[in-house]
Order: sequence, then C-alpha cells, then structure tokens
Amino acid sequence: MRLLKAPDMRPVFNSEGLGDLMNAFLLQYLPVIIFIGVATVLGLGFMIGALVIAPKAPDTEKLSAYECGFNAFDSARQKFDVRFYLVSILFIIFDLEASFLFPWAVSLFDMPNGGMHVAFWSMVTFLVELGLGYIYVWKKGALEWE
Amino acid sequence: MTVIAIAFYLLALVTLASGLMVITAKNPVHSVLYLILAFFSSAGLFILLGAEFLAMLLVVVYVGAVAVLFLFVVMMLDVDFVKLRQGFANYLPIGLVVGLVLMGELVAISIAVATKGAAAGNQPLVATAAEPNIKMIGHALYSTYIYLFEAAGFVLLVAMVGAIVLTLRTRPNVKRQDIFSQVTRRRKDAVEIVPVKTGEGISE
Repeated sequence: MRLLKAPDMRPVFNSEGLGDLMNAFLLQYLPVIIFIGVATVLGLGFMIGALVIAPKAPDTEKLSAYECGFNAFDSARQKFDVRFYLVSILFIIFDLEASFLFPWAVSLFDMPNGGMHVAFWSMVTFLVELGLGYIYVWKKGALEWE
Repeated sequence: MTVIAIAFYLLALVTLASGLMVITAKNPVHSVLYLILAFFSSAGLFILLGAEFLAMLLVVVYVGAVAVLFLFVVMMLDVDFVKLRQGFANYLPIGLVVGLVLMGELVAISIAVATKGAAAGNQPLVATAAEPNIKMIGHALYSTYIYLFEAAGFVLLVAMVGAIVLTLRTRPNVKRQDIFSQVTRRRKDAVEIVPVKTGEGISE
C-alpha cells in the first residue's frame, strides 16, 4: 500500500512546517478551483436544462442537413497554404523567447553572488541572437502576406 | 494533506486517461483536444508541486501555441485518416519494441537521477512567497546554466531559419504593394506624350 500514498514521494510534505507552507500556497488557488467549479456547473446546467426542459419533436426532415438547400459537396478538410504553419511556428518561437524574459525580469536585481551583470548581458546576447533571426525573417518576406 | 492527495490522484488520473485517449481517439481533432486536457491537468500537477511558473508556461506555450499548431495541422491537412490506420496491425510489433525501448530508457534515466543525479539525497527546494518558483528558475538559469540558455537561443534561431528554408516559397507573378516605388513614381517615368500623325499610328 506504500505506492498509494502519493505525498510520500515528495519529502516536502514530510518535513515539519513545510506542509503548512505548502497548504497556504495551494490555498491561494482556491478561487481558481471555485471558478472552475462554477463554470462546470453553469455549463453542464445549461446543457442538461436544455435537454430536460426544451420541447423536442424531431422528424427526419428537421434533422436532415441544411446548407442553403443542398447537401455539402465534399469534406471540409482541404489543403491550406503552408504560410499558416509558418506564421504559427514563428509565433511559437517568439512566444518561447518572451517566456525566457519573465524569470529574467523577476530575478535580475537579486541574483546570487552579484551575478547581475552576467545575467543582464546573457539576456542581451540571447535577444541579439533572436533579433538576427527576426531580421532574417523580415528580410526574407516571411511576415508578408502576398 | 488528504485534499492534496485527492487533487493529485484526480489530476494524475485525468492526465493518464486523456493521454490514452490522444492515441486511441478515432477523430484526430478529438486527439488534439484530449492533448490540451492532458496539458491542463499536467499544469495542475505542477501547481501541486509548487512550480507555478512551469504550470503557467505549460498553459501559455503548450496550450496556447503548440496545441494550436497541432490543430492547424490536423484540421487543415488533407490526409485520409482511415487509410493511415490500415497498417496498424502490421506496424504493431515494431511499434511495441520501440515503445518498450523508450520506456526502458526513461526508467533507467529516472532511477539514475533519483539515486546518483541531481535528486540524490537533496532536500527539494521549496518555493516560498519571498523566493517563488520563477525567481529560483531565474537564479539558476542566468548564472549556472548560462551557456545552456544561450544554446537555447541558438536552437530557437535554427528553428526559425529552418522553418523559413523549408516552407517559404516566393511565388512569381504576384503583384504586391511596394509603397516606396509607388510613392516616388513621377509623371515623366510613366506618361509620354507622342505627336501622332493622322493615319499613321505609333510604332515602338
């Protein structure tokens, strides 16, 4: 039965005091959980309410496909321009770049052992690397929609 | 304590179940939606561990960008998914072998890290209000692991260049706007007045 006790895997909860700390931390997420709960209840409530209360008298004509009077010609799946993926991939890359900025901005002014300058210039080089990439993307015309 | 355990099992169960549904769902669009659910519940697991920043990153990067890219690919690619599934039984043995090898490697790495690596005998760092998770990551990333951080920048650069090289094709005969040349165009560049004699027309 040892495997069933999940907190045993994390010594955090076994040390005295840390468990309380953890609970206080997780308690901050209580509003989020309440929010998710309310959202779930509302969503399910409207769906089930519509199922129970709404009048239903289906027949084949009512349930048949209606698209300006005729059936759909073919599948909705079709090849799209590869440009969509290109824009999406570039978005992911710059999204990741921005996500590296958050911990840097938070921790820059109290880096351990006075590592502030190193941390600052490391981010500058990082941004220059990606800035070169950005110039390349721009000059290649990948951001233009012809 | 028990609430945390319940939350852990709930989130872990949802993660595993939706992960299973990702590979078994008939409709690939549903697979991607289950993948998003798996991402969300893993974010919940991260929060249970006290790793708030990683949880938010999972939501922002994976749900916000990667899952959208997957949806793009699945919804917009003209692939016959019924045909794709036909060779399932043929590829099952080799797939199982590859999966087992991968699982063995993962288990070996986990054991090595837990017994001899970073996790050996160390008390795990706990995020506090004064020293939150994001700050601890910053302190480690921009001092000890600075070269890896720069390497990550180069990896992103290579990904950017690779995406352009692989997918960008300039189509000829596309008339696009060139504001500069349009604005700097003068009357004498475009219009020419030619005296035409009656009955002769003009020749170039």
